[in-house]
Parts: sequence; structure tokens; C-alpha cells
Amino acid sequence: MCLAIPGKIQSIESMYGGAVKIAKVSFGGIIKEASLEMVPSANVGDYVLVHVGVAISKVNEEEANKVFGYLKEAGELDELYDPAL
Amino acid sequence: MKYISEFRSPEIVDALLKEIKRTVHSDWNIMEVCGGQTHSLVKNGLLNMLPSNVQMIHGPGCPVCVTPVSLIDKAVHLAMEHDVILCSFGDMIRVPGSGMSLLEAKAKGGDVRILYSPLEAVKIAKDNPDKEVVFFAVGFETTAPANALSVVHAHREGIKNYSILTSHVLVPPAMEAIMSDDDCRVDGFLAAGHVCAIMGISEYYPLVEKYKIPIVVTGFEPVDLLEGILMVVKQLESRQYRLENQYTRVVETEGNKNAIDTIDKIFEVTSREWRGIGNIPFSGYAVKENYSHYDANRKFNIDITEAHEDPTCLSGDVMKGKIKPHQCPNFGNRCTPVKPLGAPMVSSEGACAAYYHYNMTGATVDR
Repeated sequence: MCLAIPGKIQSIESMYGGAVKIAKVSFGGIIKEASLEMVPSANVGDYVLVHVGVAISKVNEEEANKVFGYLKEAGELDELYDPAL
Repeated sequence: MKYISEFRSPEIVDALLKEIKRTVHSDWNIMEVCGGQTHSLVKNGLLNMLPSNVQMIHGPGCPVCVTPVSLIDKAVHLAMEHDVILCSFGDMIRVPGSGMSLLEAKAKGGDVRILYSPLEAVKIAKDNPDKEVVFFAVGFETTAPANALSVVHAHREGIKNYSILTSHVLVPPAMEAIMSDDDCRVDGFLAAGHVCAIMGISEYYPLVEKYKIPIVVTGFEPVDLLEGILMVVKQLESRQYRLENQYTRVVETEGNKNAIDTIDKIFEVTSREWRGIGNIPFSGYAVKENYSHYDANRKFNIDITEAHEDPTCLSGDVMKGKIKPHQCPNFGNRCTPVKPLGAPMVSSEGACAAYYHYNMTGATVDR
């Protein structure tokens, strides 16, 4: 039920004089609409976590990249991370 | 996919497993609260990779599983007797009620529709002004903003034929109920990451202090879960208890203010009946008086005779972590996903369904 998936904002449409912002969000190529009313500062290119059609959080890239610390420790950080994906 | 594939990296999983094995010396029971975490642990085989002295106990974090039978009966009644368009998340559709499930109601001619988002139900109401549209609004704090937002949208557009049948539940009171049980054997918690993305983490400080247990706010991918487990184990082994946040890429300390404001606008805290567990004070949301026109409970006169369910179903003990699904005598024989006795066998996040689908039996679990 609490499943939420990170996706990249492709475009944003404003409605009701900007009160409602609906984004087209790409989940690995699959595009779905999501409301940005809970994360109004999100922009095109940002990654947001979407739950039942509503973006609930912006993904913090700096925090996300800390995961690679485990690989650095093990000396295994090679081709795993491709930021273009 | 970015932000998913790296958190499923076999190399990082391996590094974390080695670190957990290096760290753990005693026997510990750690409860993952959220059903999504349970499924990720089982589906990715993590339960079998953890050292045997780290036992994961599966918590009550499946809103579909704890929705009372009487409310499912109400939803079925609305679909069959009040001629409404009854919209629901797919998870809810096969959960047994006293008489029938929503899927059986649909088969018998009820207009039951499975939706991805409550916002779609508002559009259906707009397109069908001569019909009443009810959304079966179940969920934890994660889902509350979306369900509240559907009411905000309907109100803004002047849509009068929309309402929600609410069964919202809250995580911290459920954790309190588990810890206050004399038979509780939980040593530490993985708190539900997406619930905290909405509400923030401060609600958990009192639990840490009162019960002197580690709580680590944790995500859902294999790397998240193992990192969360490692953080709990490190605290337990050094006899510490703190609130920590593993899921920092998503969860901010103060939560999402816009989402909290939207919840507060539409909902108020109320006591709730949890299926299999009982009444828990201040453990759910109900629609505020100001928005009563959007509350299906107030809008429709629903006269339900007493709800009943199979008395041999042990789902309450499963959700409180007293037994594991395969230890229930009904598991896999009298109770299967096709013919479930209780909700955890049929919900996509139910612990019983996870054990059944991924063949977790005595031979594979009790190591």
C-alpha cells in the first residue's frame, strides 16, 4: 500500500492559476501523471517519489549517493553507477 | 532505473551482509513495521541471507489487512444496495468480508472500479454527475495526503456527488500497542520510510525513550533494509537506543509540511478498530465535520448487521509478531490466496501472502 516509486519529472502543467501543478513523470520510460501539490518546489528534471498519483517527496541526490560509500570501502566502485540511467 | 537499481546492487548487499555478520553476537528480534518492507525482505531472499540470530518479525503495516470486516461490508453494501460507483485500490478488492468481497460484489453486478489514485475517482464523479461515487480510502499516513487531496479537489470544483469511505490508520499508536503487550519480543524497529516521508520522524522519540528500543527509519530496497538492520544491530550490540534515519534521500526530519497541512485540513484523529488486533485509541483519521458532505459514513445510511469472520484465523497473532505466517495451522491448506480466511493472505502486502507466494515454509524459515 505504501509503495512509492522514484521518477523523473518530464513536464509540468499548471491549473487553477497555479494552485494545482500536474507533472508528467517518467518511471524508467513509463510516463504517468502525478500531482505536485505536496512538493510545489519540484522542477522539470527533479526526481520525485510518487505514491497513488501524488508526489510525496523530492529525492535528495546528495543523500542518495552516500550509498556508494559501502562500495568505496570495499574498493568495488567501478561501472555500477551510470548517472545517465 | 536511477535511485532503484543502485539500491538493489548485489555488491552493496554483500558488503552489508558481511558487516551485519561481523557486528552481531547475540540473538535479536527486529520488527519491520511496513508490509512493503516485509514483501521486499521475502521477495529478495534477504530473510534467508541474514545470520540466524537476526530474526525479522513482521509488523501490522498492511492497511488492507487491518481494515475491519464491518467496513468491507459497508463498501459491499454501498456497491450493491445504494447503486454507487464504488472505487478502490486493487489491494482491497479480494479481501473477504462477512458475506462477500468487493470482487464478488463486482461479479454480481455492483459497479466496483479498481483505481490507481483517488484523484481518478474525482474525475469519475465529475463525468457521472447523476451517480454517487465513493472512494474506499484505506491507508496509513503515506496515503492520507492523496485521499485528503481528492476531497480538496472535489470541493474546489464544486463536485457534490463524491465521498470517501475512510479507514485510515496511524503507525505510531500501533507500535505502542505492540510494545505494551506483555508477550512482546521485539528488540528494535525498522520504521516505515514512506510514512515518515509525510509525517517526519519526531513522533518516534517518545517510543524510543519509553521502551528503550532502537528505531531506524528505513526504506524499501534490499540495500535500504540491510542498512537499516545493520543500524539497529549496531545499537543493540552496544546496548544503545536511539532514533536514526537510514532513508535520508527521501525522509526529512520534519516530514512534508504541505502534506501534513492537507491531512489536517480534511482529517481529525480518531480511535480505530484494527482487524485482528482490536481497538487502538487515537490510531486513525476520520473526515472532519466541515467536510462531512464528503464522508460516505455520514452521507449514506448504512445499516449493517454484525460483521463476522472466521474465528480460527490467526492473522492478529501474525500481525503482532507472535507467530510467523507458516506457523498458523491454516497456512497453505484451509487458507490460501484463492480462498483466504483473513486479509494478510490476500493483500499484496500481507505477510501470509508473502510467505505463500515465495514458498517460505518451516524448512526455509526456521534455521
